[in-house]
Amino acid sequence: MTQTPVHPGPGQDQVTRPVASEPPAPARRGAAPRWLAAVGLVPFAAYLLLFLLLPTVLAIGSGLVDGDGAFTLANIAALGDPVILMTFGNSTWLSVLTALIGAVVGAGVCYALLGLPETGVVRTLVDAASGVLAQFGGVMLAFAWIATIGIQGIVTQALAAGFGIDLFADGAWIYALPGLILPYVYFQVPLMVITFMPAMNALKPQWAEANLTLGGTRAGFWRTIGIPVLAPSFFASLLLLFANAFSSYATAAALASQGSQIVPLQIRTALTSETLLGRENLAGALALGMIVVVAIVMWGYSLVQRRAARWQA
Amino acid sequence: MNGLAPRPLTRWVISILVGLFFAVPLLATFLFTLRDGEGYSLVNWTTLFAPENAALLAPVWTGLGNSLILALVTVIIVLLLLTPTMILVSLRFPTLRRAFEFVALLPISIPAIVLVVGLAPIYLQIGRTLGTGAWTLAFAYGVLVLPFAYRSIQASIDAIDMKTLSEAARTLGAGWITIVLRVLAPNLRQGLLAGSLISVAVVLGEFTIASLLNRQVLQTALVVVNKIDAFSAAIFTLLALAFAFVLLLIIGRAGRAGSGRTSS
Repeated sequence: MTQTPVHPGPGQDQVTRPVASEPPAPARRGAAPRWLAAVGLVPFAAYLLLFLLLPTVLAIGSGLVDGDGAFTLANIAALGDPVILMTFGNSTWLSVLTALIGAVVGAGVCYALLGLPETGVVRTLVDAASGVLAQFGGVMLAFAWIATIGIQGIVTQALAAGFGIDLFADGAWIYALPGLILPYVYFQVPLMVITFMPAMNALKPQWAEANLTLGGTRAGFWRTIGIPVLAPSFFASLLLLFANAFSSYATAAALASQGSQIVPLQIRTALTSETLLGRENLAGALALGMIVVVAIVMWGYSLVQRRAARWQA
Repeated sequence: MNGLAPRPLTRWVISILVGLFFAVPLLATFLFTLRDGEGYSLVNWTTLFAPENAALLAPVWTGLGNSLILALVTVIIVLLLLTPTMILVSLRFPTLRRAFEFVALLPISIPAIVLVVGLAPIYLQIGRTLGTGAWTLAFAYGVLVLPFAYRSIQASIDAIDMKTLSEAARTLGAGWITIVLRVLAPNLRQGLLAGSLISVAVVLGEFTIASLLNRQVLQTALVVVNKIDAFSAAIFTLLALAFAFVLLLIIGRAGRAGSGRTSS
């Protein structure tokens, strides 16, 4: 095994040695032969096969078969149904809107954090809080917003009592599509902070100093250096936020207990009621539609991210 | 002072505006839990454990118990299945590293709601063979936490020279089990701790898969209780968010302590 060059990881400064410079590895004490070592990869590979690959294939595949297991495109055709098209439309605009708000506000937060020590109290607290809200909130964020601007919410009642403003003059929108916007922004902004902060950190103070030394202004620095350098990372994060909102289920499920205004909720309806629009296996077709959208977005993300990585060496 | 940093005024304006947006729902939730019908008091908190609430909160305790079991089994999957594989890949199959990373990060791009469509028939089979015990859901959760656990552990693997350590140990006569348990694992402890804690946080917050497979976990129990008594649900929401926050704070501190040690 010693003749295999070490892959230089980010934390290692090791130089990869040419293969020929070392004698072929003898069967050293304790060193298992390569085939035996490969056996060690089997349990994890089997696990991934069963619980990652198989479910994905089943989810996509089930959209392509009918109730008797015969191949059909009927479920895919159902994706063209006006009701389904509308849920995809709803999901898309909700994701675009909250991704844009999240990206702009989140980038603002990253800017405000610039220059603070990475191990300082503020950064540590912001990092932890962002992690909680971006990744583990789900249902609980929905509850928090119901307690705030729900029918009985604290802010709702305070506005009604203090200013005579009725938040729900136009109906109980909190439990409908518009009600998802604020809770979604509430987890999109922290996700932006998590994904965009490394790019902000990679900006070198020397660039700002060079700019000032050469007579540039602070605004000029951002216009001609900062923003162009950060633009690819910003768009990559924007795509990630879109995919995140598009595939998010928990918050919407807890807020909108009835109705299926967005694709994940439509999948819930398709899973829990056997036939929807008179079709079986619609959940699979919806899952396929969803994974196509998310895959395209994530592919775009990796393309842009590769370009962005240029400045983060 | 570095030339990139915003002016103090800018910093404060952004912090206050965004801080308010994030503080209001949490403060409102707290005030909401203080409501007692007429005014505000701590009665919802003090009666949380009162006997008359026992029946109401029974689903929460069941769900919390199941979630803790799931967290434990998921951590076992991370430590005994993922970690040895990662060590093996970086020591014996470094050429596989890129491919392994791609697969490990894949669950980020596959929405849980899509995964659950395919997991439903699989869990039907698991129910027939292994039973419907709460712990079986940990197989699915192991996949969910994979990207998070992988990143934490890989950061530790990159920070130490595993090849030299293991070769030194082998020269001194250690077998593979000794090398992994007594040489590599202690050196990877920061990453293993962070990976385990983040897995616990993900499992305690998971709702999508549990809810659609009709399992009782903490989050599904909160939804049930919320329909009967919104105050208790709000209290548990605050407690769970605070708990996750503390877990992530520990991860942050552990990560920093680790990077500080290796660079010195």
